[in-house]
Amino acid sequence: MLAYAVKRIGLGLLILVLVMVAMYAAVFLVPGDPATVALGPRATPELKRLLIERMGLDQPVWWQIVEFFRNALTGNLGYDVWSNRPVSTLVLEALPNTLVLGLTALAVALLIGVPLGCLSVMRRGTAADAAIGVLSVGVIAVPSFVVAIYSLLLFAVTLRWLPAIGAGEAGDLFSQARALVMPAAAIALGWIGYIARMVRASMMEVMGEPHIRTARSFGLPEWKIVSKYALRIAIIPTISLVAVGLGSILSSAVFVEAVFARPGIGKLITDAVSTRNYPVVMGTVLIMTAIYVSITIAADLLIARLDPRVRDVFRG
Amino acid sequence: MSGSLAASGLSVRYETPHGSVHALRHVDIEAHPGEVIGIVGESGCGKSTLVTALANLLPANARIDGAIRYNGVDLAKLDAHRQRLLRGDEIALVGQDPMTAFNPVLTIGDQLIDFQHHRKDFSRAQKRARIAAMLGRVGIADAERRMRSYPHELSGGMRQRVAIAAALLTDPGLLIADEPTTALDVTMEAQIIHLLRELRREYNGIIIVVSHHLGVIAELCDRVYVMYAGEVVEGGEVDAIFHDPRHPYTQALLACDPARFHDRLDRLPTIPGSLPSLTQPPPGCVYAQRCGRAFAPCKTIAPPLVKLTACHAARCHAVTP
Repeated sequence: MLAYAVKRIGLGLLILVLVMVAMYAAVFLVPGDPATVALGPRATPELKRLLIERMGLDQPVWWQIVEFFRNALTGNLGYDVWSNRPVSTLVLEALPNTLVLGLTALAVALLIGVPLGCLSVMRRGTAADAAIGVLSVGVIAVPSFVVAIYSLLLFAVTLRWLPAIGAGEAGDLFSQARALVMPAAAIALGWIGYIARMVRASMMEVMGEPHIRTARSFGLPEWKIVSKYALRIAIIPTISLVAVGLGSILSSAVFVEAVFARPGIGKLITDAVSTRNYPVVMGTVLIMTAIYVSITIAADLLIARLDPRVRDVFRG
Repeated sequence: MSGSLAASGLSVRYETPHGSVHALRHVDIEAHPGEVIGIVGESGCGKSTLVTALANLLPANARIDGAIRYNGVDLAKLDAHRQRLLRGDEIALVGQDPMTAFNPVLTIGDQLIDFQHHRKDFSRAQKRARIAAMLGRVGIADAERRMRSYPHELSGGMRQRVAIAAALLTDPGLLIADEPTTALDVTMEAQIIHLLRELRREYNGIIIVVSHHLGVIAELCDRVYVMYAGEVVEGGEVDAIFHDPRHPYTQALLACDPARFHDRLDRLPTIPGSLPSLTQPPPGCVYAQRCGRAFAPCKTIAPPLVKLTACHAARCHAVTP
């Protein structure tokens, strides 16, 4: 297990390096002079040169990458070109908002999606099963920013139940929670459908296995068979799906944060890209990739924890 | 608690998109406490459907006719909830394949504790103690450690011992072993048969053993029912069936048993032909197409059950008492 974890973490670090190399290559390949884009066509050559130097773009690309990682190892992700504030501070300010949004959405999706999937299996072939199926496909089909815009119209503009923008007052948990409802629901809705479908599909497969017949032959109640004997196996593909899906959750957070003008990583990165604020882009991408890689590793370790057969494969 | 079991006129058909499959037709069997009953027949003869019906585990597309009286109660008429309460309490099943019979992500002990869920009178600690004692009784050394093992950490023979222990833990009045040795190798098979023989001495409920292996039946059972194409074609005491088989199918089946030939033969005898369609069962005798002794009425008139002695009967036009 330990050797497996070490191997996975090593691979994760390699992915980080590759992603950053790809990012630098992309910056190098993007047409147009970043300084001109950022400062406007009437900027003086001295000002442009100064900006290029501050972004480090006058160095060869490989040197920029080496410098970036050397600084990153000491916790220095560079400085915002405009405000001159450390990128690490900017990211750390924005990150909690996005993580709270993403994790809340995910938790809601799991808490609703998994029981819906189980219910579908317990009532298979009935109207309830069919209704859950139609509902799931329906919510999967609607993009999260559409949900965001319509819920904004309904709950914030027409009904005035929830705040339209922002992340709530600092230090006021209730106002923060109120501001979280719509963005989280917008992201979670589609995932409820995904998770319900996924749980139903893998559960149906598990329910046909002989050990379920054994459990039935001992007269165990159906809810116990579903929730203990089948779910522990059927949840494994769902964990992989959710770990991979977290990337897409965080990227839909970009849209949703834009709709609700919510401070967060999404807003930070879109603003930075549009102003060619490269140090901020690089720093943010590094942190997001690191989070994504850690979650994937955590999911694999969790699967190994849940399935003793997987555990033994890694041990041996 | 143990009572008598009697299935009478039991028919089971599966409704499929391609029509009804008549898996079991007018089956009559009976069993009394302390008896070991064998059900023998080739693949697809309805053995598994019969025991699945007895254990109330038929799938949703199965339609059941006739009666299964156990302890004076008709199991076929019980609602799903009452059936569930009998399973794992009065009726226990040992499955065919020990490799897949247990949940792979739960420990043996965890599952065996759950399987005693009807016994509300025992605490968790008492249940663990019963498991340890029962595992010892079925010949598993180091029971405490085995309870913490996962199924894949045990060999096939050991898993089948655990499956038998699990069934016995529920103190069933009716213990059904569905092909208990089919998935095991010869050495393991001998050990499991030995274990079942030991158990029958101390057990006073009904044991039903299903097998296509004549040797297993001969070693374990008091009485045997021979099945063919969803019907019981002959039934009687083990001695009568093995030494004085009357139905042509039973005779052919015994003639094909490889264990009867001590010398190596070039070819083992076989029964020519194949099973009749279960979607459209023949109007006459189910064995008529393959029977060497078939005559005029066999193809058109279903043969009655002919009583040969007090407990030996065969369903054939050609036999007389």
